[in-house]
Amino acid sequence: MKEISCKLLVIGAGPGGYIAAIRAGQLGIDTVIVEKAKAGGTCLNVGCIPSKAVIHAAEEFHKLRAAASGRSPLGLSLANPTIDLARTIAWKDGIVGRLNGGVTGLLKKAGVKAVIGTARFVDGKTVDVETEIGLQRIRAEAIVIATGSAPVELPDLPFGGAIISSTEALSLKSVPKSLAVIGGGYIGLELGTAFAKLGSHVTVLEAQARILPLYDSDLTKPIAKRLGELGVEVFTQTVAKSYAADTGSLQAEHNGRAIDIAAEKVLVTVGRKPVTEGLGLEEIDLDRTGRFIRIDDQCRTSMRGIYAIGDVTGEPMLAHRAMAQGEMVAEIVAGHKRSWDKRCIPAVCFTDPEIVTAGLSPDEARASGIEIKIGQFPFQANGRAMTTLAEDGFVRIVARADNHLVLGIQAVGHGVSELSASFSLAIEMGARLEDIAGTIHAHPTQSEAFQESALKALGHALHI
Amino acid sequence: MGEFVIKMPDVGEGVAEAELVEWHVKPGDPVREDMVLAAVMTDKATVEIPSPVTGTVLWLGAEVGDTIAVKAPLVRIEIAGEGEAAAPAADKPAAKAEDKPVAAVEAPAPVAKPAQPAKVEAKVPVVNGAHANGVHQPGERLEKALASPAVRLRAKESGVDLRQVTGTGPAGRITHDDLDQFIARGAQPVLAPAGLQRKTAVDEIKVTGLRRRIAEKMSLSTSRIPHITYVEEVDMTAVEELRATMNRDRKPDQPKLTILPYLMRALVRTIAEQPAVNAIFDDGPGIIHRHHAVHIGIATQTPAGLTVPVVRHAEARGIWDCANELNRLAEAARTGTATRDELTGSTITISSLGALGGIVSTPVINHPEVAIVGVNKLAIRPVWDGTQFVPRKIMNLSSSFDHRVVDGWDAAVFVQRLKTLLETPALIFVEA
Repeated sequence: MKEISCKLLVIGAGPGGYIAAIRAGQLGIDTVIVEKAKAGGTCLNVGCIPSKAVIHAAEEFHKLRAAASGRSPLGLSLANPTIDLARTIAWKDGIVGRLNGGVTGLLKKAGVKAVIGTARFVDGKTVDVETEIGLQRIRAEAIVIATGSAPVELPDLPFGGAIISSTEALSLKSVPKSLAVIGGGYIGLELGTAFAKLGSHVTVLEAQARILPLYDSDLTKPIAKRLGELGVEVFTQTVAKSYAADTGSLQAEHNGRAIDIAAEKVLVTVGRKPVTEGLGLEEIDLDRTGRFIRIDDQCRTSMRGIYAIGDVTGEPMLAHRAMAQGEMVAEIVAGHKRSWDKRCIPAVCFTDPEIVTAGLSPDEARASGIEIKIGQFPFQANGRAMTTLAEDGFVRIVARADNHLVLGIQAVGHGVSELSASFSLAIEMGARLEDIAGTIHAHPTQSEAFQESALKALGHALHI
Repeated sequence: MGEFVIKMPDVGEGVAEAELVEWHVKPGDPVREDMVLAAVMTDKATVEIPSPVTGTVLWLGAEVGDTIAVKAPLVRIEIAGEGEAAAPAADKPAAKAEDKPVAAVEAPAPVAKPAQPAKVEAKVPVVNGAHANGVHQPGERLEKALASPAVRLRAKESGVDLRQVTGTGPAGRITHDDLDQFIARGAQPVLAPAGLQRKTAVDEIKVTGLRRRIAEKMSLSTSRIPHITYVEEVDMTAVEELRATMNRDRKPDQPKLTILPYLMRALVRTIAEQPAVNAIFDDGPGIIHRHHAVHIGIATQTPAGLTVPVVRHAEARGIWDCANELNRLAEAARTGTATRDELTGSTITISSLGALGGIVSTPVINHPEVAIVGVNKLAIRPVWDGTQFVPRKIMNLSSSFDHRVVDGWDAAVFVQRLKTLLETPALIFVEA
């Protein structure tokens, strides 16, 4: 068995792990990163990036179809647009490949040694990696667990055949005639919407009373409306039971009543679970919070010298949270004084229209016993939104009533994902309503709605 | 899904009960086979209790500081399958909180900080403090200081807690200038009161483990044994010259000698002539066990407190052997690895504080022994030799005896004989 030693070992080259390794490399730390598949993790290979590629392609195709049907208010017309999904997927794979190579190159440039294989803890300082060329033992002073998460499987509908997870959905070679999506969270709705635009008949099954149950109903209403326009059937309070492959039908229970849903494919998006098995974690017995590895404000686990970052540590399972944790841990290992002091982790839902949240929602703020002011500005009153057929949605701002400190900002609308940066910046900088109201926002842009929402909260919105 | 009860094991010969000094687990914790569950302290040794099974802790049978009888149930563990541990887990902190109502009432302002007790004792008040603050989760975000990420980073690197900095910006936002000024003031809390202050806090420190053992032993000894303490001056010049020579000429594998091995050998010689002081007095039936073996207890300060490791059969050990054994035991006692056998069974005890020895001490007899020899500080003093003052190395021996069984006369004769041997060290080594 070959043996190497290093100062820092990172297990998993997803967005958390590779950022930790690159930053550590920059800081001159002797770093090794272990990845069992491809650099980039879920995000880059089967998550954020490929799904956005497919969503974009679906949106483009949908616009062409709208034009072909003669319904384009812009006066466009064309005949018989078609999509070759295999080529779309090949294009998506090209992007993923470029980014894979990019991450690998960045790691190399930072002087990080990459080992491909499956890691297994021997003890708190030693990891064995099963590589193609045999067992490699790595001894490290510090270890970062960044093994991420995997889709949760339903016991009655195990993955395989027509039952697919988001991973397979992003690599389909043809558009299924019908698609049932189990789980009306953001992953299910993003992909369900894309396939509806590609031409599938999509049915969404959600166990709770409404889709996107983690968001308030004001934010989800425009999405529900759009799903209706796209012909997506939504069954809430519905639990999937079984799938009959021969007839291609999914049996479910809707409000206690049995229903049958035609589905060539069944996409299961009922959540994600941390990847903690097969790692030899039982050898080091780390404390858990539920199924997740318990960490403190420096991402330290219950064992000295072992850190955990990203999805394996719990919600919110977002790439940018893992990245920020990875950067912080690398700096801590380098001896810098750091701790988790972020004021907000923005979250984006790439549905149609998109949802952005940063900081506290009105309900969360009230639940904390804070007296609040809310300002909401609709895109209907925004010139730029009108010119891009994007009048659905609004920007909403939540601030303390006493000193106008901004506590949270939410938006729903077309392209609002790009507003997320100014939302989180405002919160991190400790902006007050007056700061946002007093900042010139370029005209004509959708961002004006942000300024107007602050003005509205202050009681003097100008365009409404 | 079965339940496994671990009982207090028989941790040593004749031990009927032991004190629980530390829990390594709490209800709800998963345990693996051989994982240490608890530490208990018997007579003087601490014994760790490992788990014989894998499972989940359901119930703990005692609080830290409790005395548990051998064979009493100690831990209940649910085996084969994951346990429903919510109920006992909820019981535990509540019970703990009730233990300390006084601390919560008497010290409201500076939330009862334990001064510097051992780890075990600190646990209870710390837990209380954290929970006493009550509702904190939703508002937590707001308790964070209002400052930009750049200001937060600088504060972190300067070791400044931003919650102590007053922000002058809008809504109390802390600016770079605020931070600069705070650091320039020496990072003192803004409202740090000047001058001498009254302090009203009272720290409650539970006496557990070794400390409790020591307390019990000392009470027992001083309440049962009428002590007579006799102090005599010993001229150590000759021993010191001999010691210097022996240390200079020692072989590489021989340890550096201190005064103690000489004292031990002198003690052995004296006891051969005065066997009454090397004894155990069992005052119940009224029997003195006069031992022929000389097992010398050496009172030793450890991080946890006073322990007395025992050099066995000093009568059969040469001076180098005594020194070796002394070093080994002292190290074992300090690192807590001394076994129960090494910490019990002495027949007479030496107490030495070295450079801190002072002029006179009143050593407390290591019950149920009948004598203890206290070594005071060695110092160069002028001594009148009949014609002039000469500098001599003088040291006092303060020795206590059980006056029930050792008369003052015998005590004096014993100490005088020790003095003679130490002042003419050749006598220690000549054939008897």
